[in-house]
Amino acid sequence: MISIRNVSKSYGSFRVLADCSTEVARSEVVVVCGPSGSGKSTLIKCVNGLEPFQRGEIVVNGISVGDPKTDLPGLRSHVGMVFQNFELFPHMTITENLTIAQVEVLGRSREEATERGMGLLDRVGLKAHAGKHPGQLSGGQQQRVAIARALAMDPICMLFDEPTSALDPEMINEVLDVMVELAQEGMTMMVVTHEMGFARKVAHRVIFMDHGRIVEDAKKEDFFGTPRSERAQQFLSKILHH
Amino acid sequence: MHDFDWSSIPGALPFLWDGMKISLEITALAIVAGIVWGTLLALMRLSRFRALSWFAAGYVNLFRSVPLVMVLLWFFLIVPQLLEILLGLAPGTDARLPSAMVGFALFESAYYSEIIRAGIQSVPKGQIAAAHALGMSYGQAMRLVVLPQAFRNMVPLLLTQAIILFQDTSLVYVSALADFFGAAYKVGDRDGRLVELLLFAGAVYFVLCYSASLLARRYQKRAGA
Repeated sequence: MISIRNVSKSYGSFRVLADCSTEVARSEVVVVCGPSGSGKSTLIKCVNGLEPFQRGEIVVNGISVGDPKTDLPGLRSHVGMVFQNFELFPHMTITENLTIAQVEVLGRSREEATERGMGLLDRVGLKAHAGKHPGQLSGGQQQRVAIARALAMDPICMLFDEPTSALDPEMINEVLDVMVELAQEGMTMMVVTHEMGFARKVAHRVIFMDHGRIVEDAKKEDFFGTPRSERAQQFLSKILHH
Repeated sequence: MHDFDWSSIPGALPFLWDGMKISLEITALAIVAGIVWGTLLALMRLSRFRALSWFAAGYVNLFRSVPLVMVLLWFFLIVPQLLEILLGLAPGTDARLPSAMVGFALFESAYYSEIIRAGIQSVPKGQIAAAHALGMSYGQAMRLVVLPQAFRNMVPLLLTQAIILFQDTSLVYVSALADFFGAAYKVGDRDGRLVELLLFAGAVYFVLCYSASLLARRYQKRAGA
């Protein structure tokens, strides 16, 4: 589904991604972790072309992301993305947030879009908030709406960029629960997160990045059992013992 | 001490009101054109395409470095001739109002575009990323996500600029156009009561502009709360 081949990216002389390669198969859940500044967020943003990269190739569902001829908006409309800071549109109601891209991008009718949006809002347990603005919701609620907004586009895969990092601790689980459910339904997911509980529960593979490199790319059992690289061992012991 | 005599004002009110209508007309048109053209200039200035961004930067710097009076005079001299050529108008047709409007619109767009550029830049980058991630094109992201938020943030500044603009319309007196200030000047000159008429005009400008700025401040407080 997602194929990342020898991708490199630099800002001037600073290398953010160095020769990164990995694959995400259909219905696979891959967790990407690593210290801050390791390039994990940049990598996931390259997958839907939000960040350009200079070398290598990324192919999503048979379409090359870096190809200048690719219809990027068309591709992105089928690749869901959830951001660290939710990025709901503050000047719109929750309903409008859920329907705007369905109507404007996919060309659905307002009724159809509203029906789809309300169904998903109900699914994330927020149907009662449809008429509110994002600012009236808690962080956890906003992130659940953001997930519903992405799902409303009927994505072929979902990208999560640190979806719980900006949340108060008591709100993390309500968001993770939605993500776990999604994973169990067979959604293809690439998730940048430090939530190792989530990784243990639903990930198939874990990728560990450091200094723009993919240092470890292993099955979940192997990663948590015996990580090969020393750097990954150190990282794991740090985040698991706190 | 000057001996005040206000008696020429009541009779001149209809004429002054006609002048006020011209002032308001020029203001309204310059605001609308300034915002539309100013938005386009701001988008060009922020564009990745060098040629567009240089053009917009050049335009803005040119108009911001030249006195408004001069721009109005240029247009007073050029626009009537242009209209004669373009529309086939008879020479000597009174094109003072259109030329003043065009001059104002082009001049004010330079100031509006800087306000709008700042407004666009005040919208977090993540909002644009989110719009793109949903498959929106550049145009859709701007129209649906960025500009509505930018304009909401800009309302107080746009109102302030509109107030300045309204005051600046008095400069059309250089083309002998009877806007409110011009009308007051003419009446005062005719009756030999220039001081009274100019004091009266000043009071009217003050009341209108100060009320508008109070409104702007109230909006700002409500939006900030």
